Amino acid sequence: MARFLVRRLLAIPVTLLAVSLLVFAATELIPGDVARVVLGPEASQASVDALRHQLHLDQPLPSRYLHWLGGFVTGDWGQSYTLGVAVRPLALDRLGQSLLLALLAFVLLVPFALALGLAAGLREGRPLDRVLSVTGLSLGAVPEFVTGVVLLVVFSVQLHWLPSSAQAPSGAGLLTRVEHLLLPAISLVLLCAGYVARHVRASTVATLSSPFIRAMRVRGLSEAQLVRGHVLRNCLVPVTSALAVQLQYLLAGLVTVELLFGYQGIGDLLLSSATSKDVPTLQATAIVLGAVGMLVYVLADVVYALLDPRIRVGKVAHQ
Amino acid sequence: MSPVSPVSVTDVAPPVTAVARGPGVVRRLVRRPSFVAGAVLLVGWAVVAVFWPHLVPVDPMTQHPAERFRSPGWGHLFGTDQFGRDVLARVLAGARPVLAVAPLATAVGVGTGSLLGLVCGVRRGLLDEIVMRVVDVLAVFPSLVGAVVVVALVGRSTTTLVVVIGVFFVPIVTRSVRAAALVEREKPYVEAARLRGEPFPSLLGREVLPNVAGTVLVEATSRLGDAVFAAATLSFLGLGQPPGSPEWGTSVADNRVFLQHAWWTVLFPAFAVASLVIGVALVADNLREQEAAR
Repeated sequence: MARFLVRRLLAIPVTLLAVSLLVFAATELIPGDVARVVLGPEASQASVDALRHQLHLDQPLPSRYLHWLGGFVTGDWGQSYTLGVAVRPLALDRLGQSLLLALLAFVLLVPFALALGLAAGLREGRPLDRVLSVTGLSLGAVPEFVTGVVLLVVFSVQLHWLPSSAQAPSGAGLLTRVEHLLLPAISLVLLCAGYVARHVRASTVATLSSPFIRAMRVRGLSEAQLVRGHVLRNCLVPVTSALAVQLQYLLAGLVTVELLFGYQGIGDLLLSSATSKDVPTLQATAIVLGAVGMLVYVLADVVYALLDPRIRVGKVAHQ
Repeated sequence: MSPVSPVSVTDVAPPVTAVARGPGVVRRLVRRPSFVAGAVLLVGWAVVAVFWPHLVPVDPMTQHPAERFRSPGWGHLFGTDQFGRDVLARVLAGARPVLAVAPLATAVGVGTGSLLGLVCGVRRGLLDEIVMRVVDVLAVFPSLVGAVVVVALVGRSTTTLVVVIGVFFVPIVTRSVRAAALVEREKPYVEAARLRGEPFPSLLGREVLPNVAGTVLVEATSRLGDAVFAAATLSFLGLGQPPGSPEWGTSVADNRVFLQHAWWTVLFPAFAVASLVIGVALVADNLREQEAAR
């Protein structure tokens, strides 16, 4: 277990290093001069040169990379080229915003997917099962911006139930913020719920057909008791791994829903810094998002291994 | 003693080819309503992508300033947009950019991934070890984040989209084809081929590949759905087709500011994306089920 955990955790810095290298290499391919892009076409050549020097753009790539890397690990993430602020507080603030949205989506996702999967599993092969399975499969294939647009038209434009922007006015209370975040969160939930529900359904079907359940039925336990006491518990393991996979989609989906619903999260920062060639901000956001994604993945693996004593991951890896 | 193994040729089960089990699978598939519905959607959009110039009522790019923001009705079934362009014509024309990118990206990803998976799964050894470590690392990185970075920096073009989407499929495909190849390599027909000195490329292509063809096909359809998803999403993010293109994701992005009073300019392209991805997902799911049942 420890060995397995160490191996998974070690993969994170290695990947992040590769990502930072990739972003660095990609910035070399930007057509034009970054300093010129930042200052605009009217700036004098002298001020462009000065900025190039200030941004270390006049130095060779390897030394620039090492300089940046040294700064990053010691907490200096540089200054945004276009926003004129320090990158670290900006990126961390945006991450906080996004985590609130992701947390809300997660809180809605788990009970929804469990209910969906249980309902389908308990009616295996019946029309309800088929309808729920095809619906879940279909919703899981549709991009967030599509479901988001439909939700916006129905609940915001037509019914006026919910605001169309995810950004609550500044100083708003938590409840108002949640109200603004509800539509983007639901479009994330709809994407992920089908996949998780499918695993819940499979686990429910497997549990219900196992001999111990038959024995308990014979002893006269009610369906509700069986579900509460045994079926749900057996769902935990597959659900955890399904959630881990879906959390990746959820994080990636942040970029899309934050753009659609105008939310100032880290996905929005990633996209805006990428399109404005704001290299320091882009590097920081890509690495922060990558790190969060991978940490979630490792965490889910650990929970998975802890929940299911049959899994001896370390030993398998050793063979 | 002859170099031929003591196992007689007739003892070795002949490799099952995809063709041999073809008709039965097809017959079972067409009896499933969800498969038929998915196939109709997929084929329908493919036909539209090729023949849309013959299907559209009016040119999707011509602007008619007097016809701005007409709501859906008899003149314009799906209404018109801010430039008076017919939304139905644009939705039909938008199928082409999506279906130009997605199958190519799928081919890049599934081709590379299948080759890697086959070689690694059959040969094992150091190469396998290295490739799988790289795949492990790539698989946990949120791919959209990487795609946004690369497309934004390298610049958007159809080639960039195809390569970026395809590359992110490689780890997924490599894993599942390798897993299937690992099962096959233990089977007697592989040993027989080895013993009669079949060259490695021929062993992969002629012996193992036909037996993992089901896995490759399932991967290809699943990834096709993901590719449509990714292409539409990247276009929505402004990283795919240029603004003004009738591509669905681009149309939604271009028109979303008019959502309040011209919902049809946004909703119809969104429905087009949904119908195509749902079609592919239904086909992929049925194929996966057939393959699992085997």
